[in-house]
Amino acid sequence: MKYTEEHEWLQVEGEIVTVGITAHAAEQLGDVVFVELPEVGSEVTKDDEIVVIESVKAASDILAPLDGEVVEVNEAIVDEPNKVNDDPEGEAWFFKLKVSDMSPMDDYMDAAGYKDFIG
Amino acid sequence: MSDLKTTPLTELHESLGAKMVPFAGYAMPVQYPLGIMKEHIHTREKAGLFDVSHMGQVILRGDSFEAVAKAFEKLVPMDVLGLSEGRQRYGLFTNDAGGIEDDLMFANRGDHLFVVVNAACKEADIARMTAALEPEIKVEPVTDRALVALQGPAAEAALEALVPGVAAMKFMDVATFEYAGAELWISRSGYTGEDGYEISVPNAVAENLAKSLLEHPDVEAIGLGARDSLRLEGGLCLYGHDIDTETRPFEATLGWAIQKVRRPDGARGGGFPGADAIFADLGGNAPRKRVGLKPEGRAPMREGVVLYASSEGGAPIGTITSGGFGPTVGGPVAMGYVTAEHAAIDTQIFGELRGKRVPVTVAKLPFVAANFKR
Repeated sequence: MKYTEEHEWLQVEGEIVTVGITAHAAEQLGDVVFVELPEVGSEVTKDDEIVVIESVKAASDILAPLDGEVVEVNEAIVDEPNKVNDDPEGEAWFFKLKVSDMSPMDDYMDAAGYKDFIG
Repeated sequence: MSDLKTTPLTELHESLGAKMVPFAGYAMPVQYPLGIMKEHIHTREKAGLFDVSHMGQVILRGDSFEAVAKAFEKLVPMDVLGLSEGRQRYGLFTNDAGGIEDDLMFANRGDHLFVVVNAACKEADIARMTAALEPEIKVEPVTDRALVALQGPAAEAALEALVPGVAAMKFMDVATFEYAGAELWISRSGYTGEDGYEISVPNAVAENLAKSLLEHPDVEAIGLGARDSLRLEGGLCLYGHDIDTETRPFEATLGWAIQKVRRPDGARGGGFPGADAIFADLGGNAPRKRVGLKPEGRAPMREGVVLYASSEGGAPIGTITSGGFGPTVGGPVAMGYVTAEHAAIDTQIFGELRGKRVPVTVAKLPFVAANFKR
């Protein structure tokens, strides 16, 4: 598992990267009430704002962590946004990217690094 | 947060694990570990305790209540003189253009008028009252008292257990009670759309009272986050957002707060700042109106979202002034101003959200029916 400074977690399996937000991020956001996911099949570029997430407090974005193609999205969190608070690092993943160039992964933090990052 | 003011309950909030945020110069709890959603629902179903000590409490004294009331009517378009002893009313400070300088509660407490104003406006309000009313009327800011609100269907039983007699009060009654050797000034009112009480308590006793209320199994501490979603569902204005110095009372659909006696044909009609501009809106002449807005789908529309008559866009017809997710409604709710021709209930309009114009329906306020004990 890798982590971004945008509080995303990234799980790599072959050429597929599953992306979600960390428990720390979910806690900071508060109760999530709305999630808008990218379309399956869309090509995204690193740092594109591809997810809108709204909590009772505020709206925020999730950035694409890598260049790639969105191959799957988690419709369950659109229907039940509170899953993002209940199980952010498990059931409530956001989208899966098919990635050809994994090299940016090297720049992301490991679990220990992320733990230090959030202090 | 070190330069922020505290309240007599700040330590209690911190001990309860509250997330503190700056609000109107004070460090205030925005939420507790329960979270905004659950705090909101808990208040609607049982009872919530809110620290509103940042609000301004002011006493106005003169030779008699009548003298104070007559003087105060120069500042507000409300019937103050006709307010019976032991009763409270909602009021507005207006400016010469008819705009709203603040909204407030005022109560006839026998020999004086007790006024509660918004935290962000309190210094300006005190200055306004002092300049307009002294020396005949003495304006006394109350700085040695906290203010808490206990709101929700279980509020009556929870407070009655500590302060016998409060159950007999009706909506907008005010009375004095004894608690732990101190005087409580209690009104049956609040700003959530629920039944409940607002309690002015001496600083020294505030924590004792709050802790005792929280010991009741039905009472939870509730932060500003849920206070905002509760008042939004209740269709209640937040000063500085839904009403401000540019909005006039009839535009804000607060005309109900201007009693007949202060209207043009009333015995004490006019005589407050901006009367002519405010009366010009009578008879349906207000060019825009505050309305409830129900966005389609699940995406919240927040303050600042621009409203259009057509999905194609064109000239804006209004703006959202408060919006978010309504936990009791179970979806997004908002309020805002639209031009008069689009203000009828069920009118379909559009709000621009991330470049798309999403359908919005003009809806009846409040979104959640009030549960007052009339």
